[in-house]
Amino acid sequence: MVDAATNPKFLVESLSVHYPDGTESLHNISLQIPRNAITVLFGPAGGGKSTLLRTFNRLNDMVEGTRYSGKVLLDGEDILTPSLDLVALRRRVGMVFAQPVPLPMSVRENMTYGLELAGERRRRNLDRAIEEGLQAAALWDEMKDRLNEPAHAMSGGQQQRLCLARVLAQQPEVILMDEPTSGLDPISTAKVEDSLQSIKKKYTIIIVPHSVQQAARLADWAGFLYQGDLIEWGEGKNLFIAPKVKRTEDYVTGRFG
Amino acid sequence: MRIPRSVVQKIAFSALTAIMAVTILTILTIITFIFWNGLPAVSSEFLFSMPREGMTAGGIWPAIVGTLYLTLGTAVIAVPIGLLAAIYLSEYAPDSTFTRTIRIAIINLAGIPSVVYGLFGLALFVLFLQLGSSILASCLTLAIMTLPVIISTAEEALRAVPQSFRVVSISMGGTRWQTIQRIVLPQALPGILTGVILGLERAAGETAPILFTGASFFLPQLPQSIFDETMALPYHLFVISTQVPGMPVRIQYGTALVLLVFVLVMNLSATLIRSYFRRKRQW
Amino acid sequence: MAKRRKLFETIIQFLIRACGYSTVLFVAAIFIFLLQAGLPALFEASPASLLGLRWYPIESLYGLLPLLFGSLVVTIGAAVFSIPLGVATALFIAEVAPRWMREVLKPFVEILAGLPSVVLGFLGFLVLAPLIRTTLNLPTGLTALTGSILLAAMALPTIVSVAEDALDAVPKSYRDGALALGATKWQTIWRVTLPAARSGVLTAVMLGIGRAIGETMAVMMVTGNAPQIRWDGLFFPARTMTATIAAEMGEVAGGSAHYHMLFLVAILLFLISFLVNIIASSMLFRAKKRAERMLS
Repeated sequence: MVDAATNPKFLVESLSVHYPDGTESLHNISLQIPRNAITVLFGPAGGGKSTLLRTFNRLNDMVEGTRYSGKVLLDGEDILTPSLDLVALRRRVGMVFAQPVPLPMSVRENMTYGLELAGERRRRNLDRAIEEGLQAAALWDEMKDRLNEPAHAMSGGQQQRLCLARVLAQQPEVILMDEPTSGLDPISTAKVEDSLQSIKKKYTIIIVPHSVQQAARLADWAGFLYQGDLIEWGEGKNLFIAPKVKRTEDYVTGRFG
Repeated sequence: MRIPRSVVQKIAFSALTAIMAVTILTILTIITFIFWNGLPAVSSEFLFSMPREGMTAGGIWPAIVGTLYLTLGTAVIAVPIGLLAAIYLSEYAPDSTFTRTIRIAIINLAGIPSVVYGLFGLALFVLFLQLGSSILASCLTLAIMTLPVIISTAEEALRAVPQSFRVVSISMGGTRWQTIQRIVLPQALPGILTGVILGLERAAGETAPILFTGASFFLPQLPQSIFDETMALPYHLFVISTQVPGMPVRIQYGTALVLLVFVLVMNLSATLIRSYFRRKRQW
Repeated sequence: MAKRRKLFETIIQFLIRACGYSTVLFVAAIFIFLLQAGLPALFEASPASLLGLRWYPIESLYGLLPLLFGSLVVTIGAAVFSIPLGVATALFIAEVAPRWMREVLKPFVEILAGLPSVVLGFLGFLVLAPLIRTTLNLPTGLTALTGSILLAAMALPTIVSVAEDALDAVPKSYRDGALALGATKWQTIWRVTLPAARSGVLTAVMLGIGRAIGETMAVMMVTGNAPQIRWDGLFFPARTMTATIAAEMGEVAGGSAHYHMLFLVAILLFLISFLVNIIASSMLFRAKKRAERMLS
C-alpha cells in the first residue's frame, strides 16, 4: 500500500465545508483516498460523512451558498476551483444514492442516460456500455431480456444494482456510494457488496456504509468522522480491530452511536 | 333539553348532502337546459355558414372560426412564456425578495378583473402600439390574462417531480437544462397540459378582454390576417341575446350550446389527462 | 461540443429568467397604462363631483358612489349565497363523501368554473330574471339580486376547490385524535377539522369574492345597469363598476373626460382586486408556515 500514500486518487488538504444555514459542516479535514480500493467513511449521523462524499463530485453545490475552503485534488488537479467544469468532474466521479432512484424510463434508457447526456449516440457504443455495466453489477443475466421494461418495475435490490450499473456504464474513475444498501434486504445487500469487491480493481470506491458491520466488511481503508472532524484514519483491518482513538473504539464496539 | 349528538350528526350530514345535491342539480340543470334548447338549432348549416339577414338567420361559422383563432393565438403567446416562467420559479428562482415580488405579481395578475385587462389591451396594444382593434391585440390581451393560470399549474406540476430525479441527473453529469428537458419536463407534462387547457378554456370563454381589442359585432367574411377584427362565440352570444331585437331564441340557444360544448370538451380533456396520468405515474 | 452546449445553456437560462421576470413587467405595465389613461380624470372632475351620487356622463356627472354601491350590493349578495353553499359543498366532498366520489365531484364542480360568464348571463337574462320578477312581484327581473345569484354560481367553484384543498390538508392525526377522545364524526368536523383549516377556508372565500367583484359580462346582462343608491337596492337594478366600463367604453371618444373616467374606475378595480388577493394569499402563507412549524 505504498502506492496509496504516494499517489492517491484524492488528496484532501484542510478541507472545511459550510452550508449557508450553518447546519452540517466539515472542519479542517485532511486525508488521502487510495486508488483501486474501497474507502469507507463512517460515524454517527450528522458527522459530515455525506458532506465529505458529496464534496468529491461537488454535489453540495446544489445547495446554493455552500462554501468550501482548503484543497481537494483529483489526480493532482484541484476540484474546488470555481472555474472547474462540473459536468466533466461528475462524469469522472459517479454516485449511487441511499434509496434506489431509477429514472422514470426503461432499463435501457437508464443505462444510456449518462452517455447520452455526454452526446454519445452510436448504437454500438451504447449497447456495449449497457452490457458491460450490467455485467459488472451482476445484473446482465436478470436484465438482458427486460431492457425495455420500465425501471421502476424491478425489485428494490435490482433497482439499486441498476443504479450502480448505470454509473458503471459511464466508465467513471471514482464511484461514491451513500448508504447504498440501507433500503435493501440482506440478500440484495450481499449481492451489491459482492459487486463492489469484484469491481474495485478498476475503480476507486468511496462508500458511506449503513452499519459498522458493513464498514468492517468492506473497508480497505476507513475514516471515522464525528461532528465534522476526522477522528481517525487508517487501513480497515487495523482500524476496526485495534482503533487508536477511544471515541472510535467506543463507536466500533457499539458503546455509542 | 340537549339533542343527542347522534341526532345532531344525522341532521348535519343530511344538510351537507342536500346542499351537495343542490349544487350538482344546478350544474346539471344548466347544462341539460342548454343542450335541450340548443340542439334543435344545431345543423351543419348553422355551424358552417355565415350569418344572414342581420344575424337572425344563417349560421355562426365566423364566430366559431374566430374563437378558434383567438384560442390558438393566445396559446402561441402564453404557453412558451408561461412555461418558461414556471420553470424559472420551480427550478431556478432563489428564495429572495425579488422572487417573492414575482409571486405577488402572479397572484395579482390572476386577480385582475377581465374587463380591466380589456382596458389595458386597448391602451397598450390597440392604441399605444398601434396594432388597432385586431386578432393580435386580442390574443396578446388574453395571453397576459391566461399567464397566471398556466404559470401556477405548471409550477405545481414541475415541483411535484421528485427532487431525487434531479439530483441523480445532475450527479451523472447532466446540466441544469438537460435535467429539466429530459427528466423534469416529460414527467410534469400531463400537469402542465392540464393547466394550459384550463387557462385556454378561460380565454376561449371570455368576452370582456376582447370587447375593445378585436371583437367585431358582425363581419361579412372571415378575417384575413391577424390584423383584422374577428367575431367570437362569447361576444356573438352577448350581441344576439341583448343587442339585436327580434332575435330568434333558437339561434341564441344554439350559439350558447356551441360555446358550452367548446369549453366542456376542453374541461373534460383536462380532467381526463389529469386522472389518466396520475394513475400511470411511476413515482 | 462543450462550448456549444455551454452557449445553448446560457441562452436558454437567459430566456427562462426573462420570462420569470416578465410577470412583474406585465403587472407594472398594466398599472402604468391604467394610471396614464386614468389619472387625468382626477383633474377633469373635482373630487366633490367624484363623490357625487349621480353617474350621468352625458351631463358630465361622474359620481363614483353609485357604481361602488352597485358592485358592493351585488358582491355581498353573491357572498351570502356562495359562502355557505361553497363551504358546505367543500365539507361534503372532503369529509363525508367516499374517496371515489371525491374524484368525480371535484372536477364536476369545476365545470361551473369553466362556464363562460356570457352563457350564465344569457340564461340569467332569459330564464332567471323573468322568474325573479314574477315570484317577487317586482317591476323588472333585472336586479342586483339576479346578478348576485349568477355571481354566486361563479364564485362557488373557486370556494369549493380551495376550501376542499384546505380541509384535505388537515393532518389525519387531528381527526384520529378527536375520534379517539370519543367525539362523533360531525363533532370532529365542526370542532377540529374546520377550525384547523380556517385560514385556507378564509382564503377560499376571499378568492371567491375577488372573482365576484371582477365579473363583468353576466352582471352587465342581468342587473339592469341603472346607477342608483337605495336601501332596498338588492331588489332593483344596479350598475357595477365592471359593467359600467364594458357598457360605455365602446361609445366613448378616446382621450375624452369620459374615457379617462372609465380608466379611473379600472384603477379602482385593479386596486380592490389587488388588495383582496394579497389578503387571501397572505392568509394561505401564514397557514403554510404554521403547518411547517407543526411538522418540524
